Amino acid sequence: MKRLPPQAGEWIDRGKPLRFTFEGIGYEGYAGDTISSALLAAGVRVLGRSFKYHRPRSVLSLANHDVNALMQVSSCFSVPNVRADVTPLAEGLRATAVNTIGGVARDRARFLEWLAPFLPVGFYYKAFHKKSQFPFWERVFRRTTGLGTVDFSARRKGSPKRYAFCDVLVIGGGPAGLAAADAALRAGARVALVDENPRLGGSGLYNLGGADGERQAEETRRLAAIAAAGAVVYVSSYAAGYYADHWVPIVTPGHVVKMRARAVVVATGAYEQPAVFRNNDLPGVILASAAQRMLARYSIAPCKRAVVLAANDDGYRAARDLAAHGVEIAAVVDLRGANSRGAVPPGTLVLEGHGIHEALADSQGALRGVRVAPLARDGTLDGYQAREFECDGLLMSTGWAGAAPLLYQAGARMEFSAELQQFVPAACPPGVYAAGRVNGVHGFAQKLRDGAAAGRAAAAQSRKPGSVDGAAPSCRQERAQSGMPSHPYPIFAHPKGRNFVDFDEDLQLKDFFNAAQEGFDNIELMKRYSTVGMGPSQGKHSNMNAIRVLAKILGRTPGEVGSTTARPMFHPVPMSHLGGRGFMPERATPLEGRHAAASAVWMPAGQWQRPEYYAVENQTREAAIRAEVAAVRGAVGVIDVGTLGKIELFGRDAGAFFERIYTAKFAGMKVGSTRYGLMLDESGVVIDDGVIARLGEEHFYFTTTTTGSATVYRELTRLNAMWRMEVGIVNVTGHFAAINLAGPRSREVLAPLTALDLSEATFPYLGAREAQVAGLPARLLRVGFVGELGYEIHVPASGAAHLWDQLMKTGAAHGIRPFGVEAQRLLRLEKGHIIVSQDTDGVTNALELGMDWALKMDKPFFVGQRSLEAMGRLPRKQALVGFTLDEPDTGMPKECHLVIESDEPAGRITSIAHSPAVGRVIGLALVAPALSKVGSTLNIRIDGGRMVRATVSETPFYDPKNLRQKQPETA
Amino acid sequence: MPWRLLRFALSKKHPEPRMFRAHAELKRSYDVVIIGAGGHGLAAAYYLARDHGITNVAVLEQGYIGGGNTGRNTTIIRSNYLTPEGAKFYDMSVKLWQDLSEDFDLNLFYSNRGHYTLAHTDSAMRTMRWRAEVNKHYGIDSEVVDAAAVHKACPMMDLSCNGHAPILGALFHAPGSIARHDAVAWGYGRGADQRGVEIHQQTKVTGIEIVAGKVKGVHTSRGHIATSKVLCAVAGSTPRITKMIGIDTPLFIHPLQAMVSEPLKPWLDPILVSGSLHVYVSQTARGELVMGASLDPYELHNTRSTFDFVEGLSSHMIDMFPFLADVKVVRQWAGMADMTPDFAPLMGKTEVEGFYLDAGWGTWGFKATPASGKTMSYTVANDRNHELIEGFTLDRFRKYAPTGEKGAASVGH
Ligand SMILES: Cc1cc2nc3c(=O)[nH]c(=O)nc-3n(C[C@H](O)[C@H](O)[C@H](O)COP(=O)(O)OP(=O)(O)OC[C@H]3O[C@@H](n4cnc5c(N)ncnc54)[C@H](O)[C@@H]3O)c2cc1C
Repeated sequence: MKRLPPQAGEWIDRGKPLRFTFEGIGYEGYAGDTISSALLAAGVRVLGRSFKYHRPRSVLSLANHDVNALMQVSSCFSVPNVRADVTPLAEGLRATAVNTIGGVARDRARFLEWLAPFLPVGFYYKAFHKKSQFPFWERVFRRTTGLGTVDFSARRKGSPKRYAFCDVLVIGGGPAGLAAADAALRAGARVALVDENPRLGGSGLYNLGGADGERQAEETRRLAAIAAAGAVVYVSSYAAGYYADHWVPIVTPGHVVKMRARAVVVATGAYEQPAVFRNNDLPGVILASAAQRMLARYSIAPCKRAVVLAANDDGYRAARDLAAHGVEIAAVVDLRGANSRGAVPPGTLVLEGHGIHEALADSQGALRGVRVAPLARDGTLDGYQAREFECDGLLMSTGWAGAAPLLYQAGARMEFSAELQQFVPAACPPGVYAAGRVNGVHGFAQKLRDGAAAGRAAAAQSRKPGSVDGAAPSCRQERAQSGMPSHPYPIFAHPKGRNFVDFDEDLQLKDFFNAAQEGFDNIELMKRYSTVGMGPSQGKHSNMNAIRVLAKILGRTPGEVGSTTARPMFHPVPMSHLGGRGFMPERATPLEGRHAAASAVWMPAGQWQRPEYYAVENQTREAAIRAEVAAVRGAVGVIDVGTLGKIELFGRDAGAFFERIYTAKFAGMKVGSTRYGLMLDESGVVIDDGVIARLGEEHFYFTTTTTGSATVYRELTRLNAMWRMEVGIVNVTGHFAAINLAGPRSREVLAPLTALDLSEATFPYLGAREAQVAGLPARLLRVGFVGELGYEIHVPASGAAHLWDQLMKTGAAHGIRPFGVEAQRLLRLEKGHIIVSQDTDGVTNALELGMDWALKMDKPFFVGQRSLEAMGRLPRKQALVGFTLDEPDTGMPKECHLVIESDEPAGRITSIAHSPAVGRVIGLALVAPALSKVGSTLNIRIDGGRMVRATVSETPFYDPKNLRQKQPETA
Repeated sequence: MPWRLLRFALSKKHPEPRMFRAHAELKRSYDVVIIGAGGHGLAAAYYLARDHGITNVAVLEQGYIGGGNTGRNTTIIRSNYLTPEGAKFYDMSVKLWQDLSEDFDLNLFYSNRGHYTLAHTDSAMRTMRWRAEVNKHYGIDSEVVDAAAVHKACPMMDLSCNGHAPILGALFHAPGSIARHDAVAWGYGRGADQRGVEIHQQTKVTGIEIVAGKVKGVHTSRGHIATSKVLCAVAGSTPRITKMIGIDTPLFIHPLQAMVSEPLKPWLDPILVSGSLHVYVSQTARGELVMGASLDPYELHNTRSTFDFVEGLSSHMIDMFPFLADVKVVRQWAGMADMTPDFAPLMGKTEVEGFYLDAGWGTWGFKATPASGKTMSYTVANDRNHELIEGFTLDRFRKYAPTGEKGAASVGH
C-alpha cells in the first residue's frame, strides 16, 4: 500500500471503505477516492493501454485528462469511456480498461507497437485503398478502432435542466477564482462559483512546498469559506462552454444548469504540460501537480523514490512536498542553467542544466529508472554522458498552458507572451475577465490580487454594463512577477523515438517533423493530418507542445504559429445531460377521450394525434372507412378538426392585412361570411390554405392547416412587425375546439341544439355566425371541404366534449357517425380539393394548381403576386389535374408513383383512392402541361415497374356543380 | 500489412515529399484564378490540369487547404436526389468518388455504409416513394423499405423513437457512403500541385477587377494578379465575393452545426437520417459518432456554436438510441451554409464574362465535390456550361424555373 497516514484536509473518508474490481481483481478504496486514486493506492501501476500502439499507460494528470486510463465501468449496465482519474469510486463498481484485447496485462494488441516503424504519421492515408481490398481493411480497422463499448441494454435517461442567473459567474475555484468571488461579493454582486473538483481551493490546497504553502492553504480555506457562505457554489461541476451573451451551461453530476450571467470571470487555471522525451509515457511518469494532488487529496505517495524534472518553481515545491511525505528524492533534474535551482531538502541532488534522456521500463512496462543527461548549448541532450537513476516515479514540472478554451469561445484575443512562454489574453470581450494562471499570473499572492481585480471589475460591469468595457483589469504587474513558469522547449529528440507529444493519439516527436515535411506545416493542417489534439482530451496536454514543435520546424515563435480553435465542450458531456428530459410536445384535442372510446385508430399529424378511422369489430380498415364515407354522403358524420390552426386578427388594418397575405380579396367581404384563402411565399409557392371568417368590421377568425399553424403565426407576426399595420394577431389554436358536422342531415342534427335560424336563406353556404350551440358560445362556418351540407362549429375547448356528446345524441336518429382523416381525405378528393403539402410540394406554385379563381391578380399586392405575374408570362412547368384510372384491375398506383411520357418522368400522382361515389379509382396528379388537358392519357409506372393507364378528367369528380353543399332544404 | 508501408520502416529519412509546394511569390498573371481551396476549388483545379491541360492556374485560399466547409462537414455521400437534374449530377459524383482513392493514390476512407432516410409519417413515406421512383428511373439504387428492414439494418435502434415518432419505413440507398473529408482536399490539392497548379494559402481575395463587363484581374492580400477567368468556389463566403462585382444572387447564409462523440467500438454500420427528428448520424473509422441536425433557422455569416443545438440533437439521439445516454459529446462546431431557395446549387457562367460561380452548396455540397470539379473545369475551359449543370445556373431564378430539390423537404445532407 502506498497510502500515507491520515492528514488534515484529505478528501478520502477512511471510515468508509469501498470494494470494487478492476480487470476482474478485487480492490478496496475509500469514499472520496477516484477510481484511479484507489488503484494507485492499491499499488496498481498499469491502468490502461494507449490508442494506437497499446502501450501500458497510467495516470498522467489526475485532473480529467487521463485519456489513457479510460474505463468501461459496470453496475447495472456498462458505461464506456469513464474518466477513472476523476470518477468517484463506488461500492461494487466493476471497471476494465477500454482499449485492450484480453485485458490490460496481456493485451493481445500490444504487438501493434512492433509495427510502429511501418505506421508513420498518416499511414492509413498511404495504403489499404485498392478498391478491391479496402472493404477488407476497413473491417480490420473497425475491429480495432474506438475506445469503450456501448451497452445496448443501457436505459434511457434524461436529466432535468435548471436555469439560473447571477451577476458574476466565476469559473474556477482556485486561489484566483476564490479571490474574484470574494471581491465580487464584497461589491454586493450575486455570485455563482463553479469548480470541477468536489471541493473548492484548487492548487491553493496542494501546490504547497513547505511552510509558505501551508499559510497559503490557510488563506485559500478562508476564502473558500467566504465563497461557500456568500455565493451559489457548484462543485464537481464544469462549465461546458461559453456561448453568446454570457450563457454558460454548468454540468453538475446530475444535470445541466444553464446560467445566464451579467459578467464572467474565467479563472480556470492552467494545464500542466508534459515534457517530451523517450518513454515519457511510462506508468510512473506523471505531472508534478498530479503527484501533489495524490499527496494532498488522497494521501497517496506517488512512488517510493522519485526523480523530479523541473524547469520552474513549481517543480521544487513538488519535490519538497514529496520529501515531506517521506518519498526519497533521487535527484532534481533542472532543465535550466546554473543558479536557477529552488530550495530542496538538505542532501538532495540537483542537476542543473540536465534533462531526461530516456525513461526505462520494467517487465510490466512501468517506470524503473531514468537516464539523465547534460544539456548541450543547442538545447539537445548528450546521451553519451547520461547517468542512470533508479526510481519508480518521475515528476514533470516544466511548464503550463492556460486552460483557455472558454476565453477562446468568448472571443478573447490571445497573444503569446515570450516572458511567460504562454498564450495569454490580450483583450477580452465586454463582461468577460480572466484571472490567475489562465491570465498568465502564477504566484499565489499575485493570483489573489489578479482575481480580486477581476472580481471587482466584473461586479462593476454587472451593475452598469459598459462601465469597465474594454479595460481588462491590469495584470501586467502580476504577470511580470510570475517568474518563468514554462520552459520554451522541454522537448527532446531521441534516435529511438517513443517520445510522445500526444498521449491520446500516440503521436511521437518525429511524426510532427514528418507531417511538416509532407506539407502540413501550419497548425491547422498539422492537427488534421497528425490528429494531434483530436483525442478525447482535445489536446489539453498536447496542443502547446505541438505548437512549440511546429514553431521550431518553421523557425518561428509559437505566437506566429498560433493555436487551433477551442470549441466546446470543455470536458466531454454525456448526452443524457445535454438532451435533458427530451421534451417532445404532443398535443391532444379535448375530444381525445371521445375518440378513444369510439375505438379510434390514431395517426400522427404534426404534433397531434388524429383518428385515422374508427375501428369496428369484425370489420377491415377499408370497410370501416367506407362506412364512414357512406355516412357522410348519405346521412351525417362528425369529424374533430380541432387540430387546424386557429388565429384571430383584430384591428383597423385587419382587412388590409389579409389582402396582403392571402390571394383572395377581403376588402368587400361582408361581416358574417367566409372566404377560402391560399397563402404563398414570395416566390409564389403555396405554403398554406384555410378559411377566413369575418366576424366584425375589425375582427377576423381564420384557420390554417394542422401542421402550418405555428409557422403561419410566426410569419404573420414577422410581416406585421415589418409592415407596421394596426393589427393584433392571436394564435387561439389551443383555445378552440372545432367539429365539422357534415352530410345531408347535418342541419337536422344541429337545429335542436341552437336557436340560430339555419335556413339556407339566412345562413347560406360560406356564411359565418356566432351563436349559442348546446349552451356554448360557438362560431359556425358553412364550409364544404367534404362536399356536403356542413357546419364547422368552433367552441371553447372546455365545451368540446359536451358539444360532441350532444351532436351524437341528436344525430343518433339520423345515423350519425364519427369519421376520421382517411375518410375525409377521400371525401375531399372526390371534390378535387387539394391538401397543401400532399398535392403540393416545396416548389409548387399557385398557377400550377388550376385554382385561378382563388388568385386575385388585380389586387394591388399580395405576397407572391409579383412572382406569379412573372411566371404567368412563362410557359408552365406542371399542372395539377384530376384523373380516373382506366382499368383498375391492372394494378393500383400509389401516391408518388411517376407518370412517364417518352421514357422520361412527366409528373407524379399526389392523391389516389377508390371512390365509392364515382365508382372508380380517382386521383390528382402534378403532370407536364402537355398532359394536362382533359382526356389526355397518363402512363403511370407502379410497383414492379408495370405501367397502368389513366385519363385526365374534370374535377370535382363528385357533384361537379357543388349543389349538395348549398342544399336549400333537407333531403 | 500492405507491402507499400515497408519503405517507411526501411528508409532512414521519412520517404515522403511535400503534398503541395509552398510558393514564396504570386506570379503576375494566371490563365485561371480559383478563389477558395476547399474541395470544390481544388477539384476544379485538378480537372482543369488533368483533363483540359490548363495548368497555369492559381488557387487562392485565405486560410488553409480544406479549412472551410470541406473540413467541417459530416461527409455523407449519396445520389438519391429528387429532381432529374440532381439525380444525374450526383450520380456522376458518386461514380467518381468510388475511384477517387485509387486516382489519387491516397486513402480517402471512402466507406460504403448504406444510407437510410427514415420516415416517421405517412407523408414522409410518400416522399420516400417519390425519391425512390425518380432514382430508379435514372438507374440509382434506391428503394422504399419497411420498418422491419430498418430494424434488421440497425437492430439496436428504438423504432418507436421513445414513442414520439415511430419509424414507418425508410428510403434505403445502398451506395450511401462517408469519407475522410480533409483527405479529399489534400488528394485534389496534391494532384493539382503535381500537374503544375499553384496553391497559395493565407492569400485572401479582396477585390476583382472588371473592365467593360469582363474579368481582368484579382486583388489579393498579397498583391494584384492579372487573369481573364475567375472561378469563385468559396461556399459560405460567396456573397462577399459577388458583392465585389455587383452580382445579385438569391443565396442566404445559415449556420449549420455538427457534433462528435468520443470514440466507441464500432456498432453503427449504416448512415441514418431522420427528417422528423432532425438527426443524421454515422460512425467513422475512428469510432466517433458524427452527428448533425438541420440548419439554424436564421441568417448569420459566422461559425459560432450554440448550446441549444447540442441539447436538441442529443435529445433526439437518445430518442433513437436510448443506450447512448452516458456516451459523451466531445466537440461541436459550425460552418456557413450557402443556401439557395430551391436547394439546388448555383453553378456556371454569369453575366460577368470570365466570372464563373460554383456555390449554393448549402448543406449538401461535399458529395458534389468530384462532379462539381469535373463540370466546372469543363465550363471554365470551354466558356460553356457543362450540360449537367444547365439546371443549376443563376438565371433560373430570373426565369422562375427553380430546380426543385426542396420538393423533398427533408434534411438535405
Ligand atoms: C456542419 C456541416 C455538415 C455538412 N454535411 C454535409 C454532408 O453530410 N454531405 C454533404 O454533401 N455536404 C455537407 N455539408 C456541405 C459541404 O460541407 C459544403 O457544401 C462543401 O464542403 C463546400 O465545399 P467548397 O469547397 O465549395 O467550400 P469550402 O470548403 O467552404 O471552401 C471554400 C474556401 O474558400 C475560402 N475563401 C473564402 N473567401 C475567400 C477569399 N476572399 N479569398 C480566398 N479564399 C477564400 C475559405 O477559406 C474556404 O477554405 C455540410 C456542411 C456543414 C457546415
